[in-house]
Amino acid sequence: MVAAKRDNALMVVACDARASQGGVLPGMPLATVRAMHPAVEVIDHDPHADAVLLNAIADWCDRYTPLVALDGAEGLLLDITGCAHLFGDEAALMRSLTAALTRQGFETSAAIAGTAVAARALTRGAPRSIVAPGDEARAVAPLPVAALGVDDAIVRGLRRAGLKTIGEVLARKPSELAARFGEEFIAVLRQATGDDDAPISPRRPAPDYVVDKNFPEPVATTDVILPTLLALAKLLIAAMERSGKGARQLVASFFRSDGAVRSISVETGQPVTRVEVVQRLFAEKLDALADPLDPGFGYDLIRLAASVSVTTTEAQRGFDTTAHQAEDVALLADTLAARLGARRVVRYLPQDTHIPERVALAVPVQHCPPDAGDAPWPARADIPPLRPLRLLQQPEPIEVLAGVPDGPPAQFIWRRVTHRVTRAEGPERIAMEWWRAAQPGLTRDYFRIEDEDGARFWLYRDGLYEIEVMPEPDGTGQPRWYMHGLFA
Amino acid sequence: MDGARHSMLARLKGEIDRLESGTAETLRRVPLGHAEADAVLQGGLVQGALHEVFCDGAQAPAATGFAAGVARLLADQRFLLWIRQDFSARENGELAMEGLAELGLDPRRIVMVSAHDADSALRAAADALACNALGAVITELWGDTRAFDQVASRKLTLAAQDSGVTALMLRIAAAPQASTAETRWMVRAAHSPPSEDWGAPVLDTSLIRNRHGQTGRWIMEWNCDACQFREPQTHSRLVAAEVADRSVRTSVTSAGQRLAG
Repeated sequence: MVAAKRDNALMVVACDARASQGGVLPGMPLATVRAMHPAVEVIDHDPHADAVLLNAIADWCDRYTPLVALDGAEGLLLDITGCAHLFGDEAALMRSLTAALTRQGFETSAAIAGTAVAARALTRGAPRSIVAPGDEARAVAPLPVAALGVDDAIVRGLRRAGLKTIGEVLARKPSELAARFGEEFIAVLRQATGDDDAPISPRRPAPDYVVDKNFPEPVATTDVILPTLLALAKLLIAAMERSGKGARQLVASFFRSDGAVRSISVETGQPVTRVEVVQRLFAEKLDALADPLDPGFGYDLIRLAASVSVTTTEAQRGFDTTAHQAEDVALLADTLAARLGARRVVRYLPQDTHIPERVALAVPVQHCPPDAGDAPWPARADIPPLRPLRLLQQPEPIEVLAGVPDGPPAQFIWRRVTHRVTRAEGPERIAMEWWRAAQPGLTRDYFRIEDEDGARFWLYRDGLYEIEVMPEPDGTGQPRWYMHGLFA
Repeated sequence: MDGARHSMLARLKGEIDRLESGTAETLRRVPLGHAEADAVLQGGLVQGALHEVFCDGAQAPAATGFAAGVARLLADQRFLLWIRQDFSARENGELAMEGLAELGLDPRRIVMVSAHDADSALRAAADALACNALGAVITELWGDTRAFDQVASRKLTLAAQDSGVTALMLRIAAAPQASTAETRWMVRAAHSPPSEDWGAPVLDTSLIRNRHGQTGRWIMEWNCDACQFREPQTHSRLVAAEVADRSVRTSVTSAGQRLAG
């Protein structure tokens, strides 16, 4: 029995079959139940854990149809249009589903009907029923109004008016009901009788292409995974090829016989049209998983889906080698990204700014716009390089000895090493972009420095002396210096 | 019997010589642009081989510059894959695209890969070297590592030979160790020549291993315009392009004469 605090009193939220035989009903105060059955076992209500579990079950239900929707906090709606024949017929599908869930330790009630509302009402009022199309009104008529899943206030209102079953409500004129309970209730009623239908909202969009492999006996070895994926990839690619599609994102789902589902997805920059590529990407991805696939008691279904697909044009490779160089590099990037993660394989795109740390924007190769290779980088200004080869991730504060407060440094200490400056060039003044932020920061005066060992540095003074940074008579308020980059 | 054995041995030796000279001929060498170094390297650095660049922890920028220059020469406008260990970026900063562009490399042709550790960096390098669309693969590792042993270096060498993609190892704060590298360099920064527009990379490079020749030590300057190394220039702007086969001293005096004239 599960209890939670509602309106400052502990109420029963849910109870099992034994408890209801003892007269316990959801909605009763816990104190009453305790008085009736002092030995009752009470568990605190944990809505979050319930939601997680329901989502896991919904994941598992993906094996019956790609369109699975959550129905409130305790139900699932499956749109099985066009799926039933894969399992024999509708009755066989429902038997298979409920039997599997019972094996997993859940109590279920299921029903099949032409509309979502009718099916919901039937699961609550008459489980295991399968209603033929057009027969909904007759099937739901004897059910209590509460089975519709509408607001409690409406149910109470109808009961007070003496309308207990859906059939009694349907006998009333819709205009009377609408005046009392609102248009929405009428819409629900129309859906319950099959006069109207509303689509369910699936948890995730249906993939464009799906192929499955069922195992009559669960397979518990990991070496079967890659060959199975290869076989599935062949089917999938063949199906996609017929409609001229290539996959940009592939998801492999592993359904364990105990109900756990694990999905692994790989993304590519170029649409995949070749089986070897699919196999290689998944081999990399499975190899690099932080927590590897755990077959547990074995998989009984492995599925491969193309969740994002784009139209591809079959192009013959010409003799021009530069054209497919980029393609080969993209393929390599996909492989490396599958293993290391997309954010670790990047290209840099120039940005329209003069703040040194923002000039180059790292973009994952897979997400690079196709014309990224064309964006020109600003031309070099003059002979000696004015920008460092390596830019520190964060400018590092340094201690500087300067001849004059707004002049170049004569000596500085960086990372506990003293460097004596032999040559300095600057300042190159870079003002922050006031149009981007309200507090853009101080103007930087950059200096190119060479020390006595020949090492070349790029450092800056933060703030204009006596304009942005005001020195105090006691020696404080001096501008700070930072090391920002290193020249070759 | 004995004679037959001798003749067979001679034949096999001849076969081996032919194979060896044959491979040596098919290797493409790219001149660095520094006359003396190119002479020692018998024409330049070999493409499709493993080259190593070592440096002290504090000399990372200089070694980066040298590796970037060598990669620019060997990759020859093709894509460049730069694999770096995360720790190296934390310690020595990220590779700056503006700076690379100023050295004459094209940031649009650079793909950057960040690896957690030396193992994954080397694995990525081995995969990348199989992709012959690339010009060069630079693997930047920080510190001494057990991951890059003889076996790993052999793997990279073979992969580079098969595809013709040059493998460059940039070993920051690491001590040179035995490997199958074609050449091994030790790089540190050198003083800029006394001129007004100082700042181009001037590097003190030591060739400490050369599989097919002698070693040596030279001061090289990277010429950002010609995208080649050269002898350091005492005068800032040479009027004419320098002649490739002139020694350091003559080039210095000629520069001086031009200055006087």
